[in-house]
Amino acid sequence: MARIVAGVTTSHVPAIGAALDLGKTADPYWQPVFAGYEFSKRWIAEQQPDVVVLVYNDHASAFSLELIPTFAIGCAASFAPADEGWGPRPVPVVQGHPELAWHIAQSTILDEFDMTIVNRMDVDHGLTVPLSLMFGQPAAWPCRVIPLAVNVVQYPPPTGNRCWNLGRAIRKAVESFPEDLKVMVWGTGGMSHQLQGPRAGLINREFDTAFLDRLSSDPEGLAKIPHVDYVREAGSEGIELVMWLIMRGALARDAREVYRFYHVPASNTAVGHMILENP
Amino acid sequence: MTSYNEAFQDIPGTVIFDATQSRLGYELNMFCMSLMKAGNRAAFKADERAYLARFPMTEAQRQAVLDRDYNRMIALGGNIYFLAKIGATDGFSFQNLAAKMTGVPEEDYRAMMIAGGRPALGNRSRSNPGR
Repeated sequence: MARIVAGVTTSHVPAIGAALDLGKTADPYWQPVFAGYEFSKRWIAEQQPDVVVLVYNDHASAFSLELIPTFAIGCAASFAPADEGWGPRPVPVVQGHPELAWHIAQSTILDEFDMTIVNRMDVDHGLTVPLSLMFGQPAAWPCRVIPLAVNVVQYPPPTGNRCWNLGRAIRKAVESFPEDLKVMVWGTGGMSHQLQGPRAGLINREFDTAFLDRLSSDPEGLAKIPHVDYVREAGSEGIELVMWLIMRGALARDAREVYRFYHVPASNTAVGHMILENP
Repeated sequence: MTSYNEAFQDIPGTVIFDATQSRLGYELNMFCMSLMKAGNRAAFKADERAYLARFPMTEAQRQAVLDRDYNRMIALGGNIYFLAKIGATDGFSFQNLAAKMTGVPEEDYRAMMIAGGRPALGNRSRSNPGR
């Protein structure tokens, strides 16, 4: 049977992708960011997951205002990097896992989550930057990836509690898939940041630290934070943190925190990163 | 009891991209989406006013784009993830746009971020500015 072995959360700042693509990782500004992922790259090389269910938000790349799915699961065989206005990132095409993706879609829909099934979708920095941070710059990504896009652009986004429960449904889905697969669930975005208006640049280390603590030890409590608190405390784009709860819900209650990293800033954003292993 | 939508209005310097903003900014944001194609970026750069005329936006929205007035574009329904495509077309980073929106030189904004960013203290609430 397939099983979820671990969860990863990480910010997905576009400037991190640009720094990597332009060979700036050793610059004094960027070096501390990439140094924070050295452990993670070694860790994942040992773990060798077969499939990553990668929870991220599309930044008006695949989905415009014409169609705004709250939860969309990529069931295609592959997903090309999106052109976000400066040409696509020079990263490998993402190979999907259609069988598991369709299985998760069916299982979660029957569990009363109204997933949108996507057969064609380009993937933007929200998905590719986490892959780059964890795997570096390989010629091909070393595992299959199932994109799970969450709307956090158009209000209202899903509640934290809904995300937490979707994670639990994904766990149930994965564990009922007959093939023997090592699966990870990643939650991306955040941490505190605001990209708009006169309040841009907001960072809240205290909130972020408490969020990381509670993600590890009190996820049910964390899932109750209302949207307005995310925006007030973590900035308008800090709302992306609800996606981390999908990762957490997909793991066991007693999953063990094995690594944590926090750094300010990457461009406008507080970079947060955590690895949790299932017992 | 404050409604879901009203609660956000207490947060300073922040526009929530809700139904009202989305309806207001639909055409502006769809213009931004068009800049995901290299050919459209070239056409926009060649003659901005003519390119903008292809989209049924308000004149105020067109002028805000021409002025690169991002705060105004947001007030008129623009969403930052869409508007960032204008910045990308101009060759500017998110940090450059953020500096513009906060009204400070990019170097000063960058220095603020390196020093830990804009603090939450004093930036949480319009009704309670000390919070």
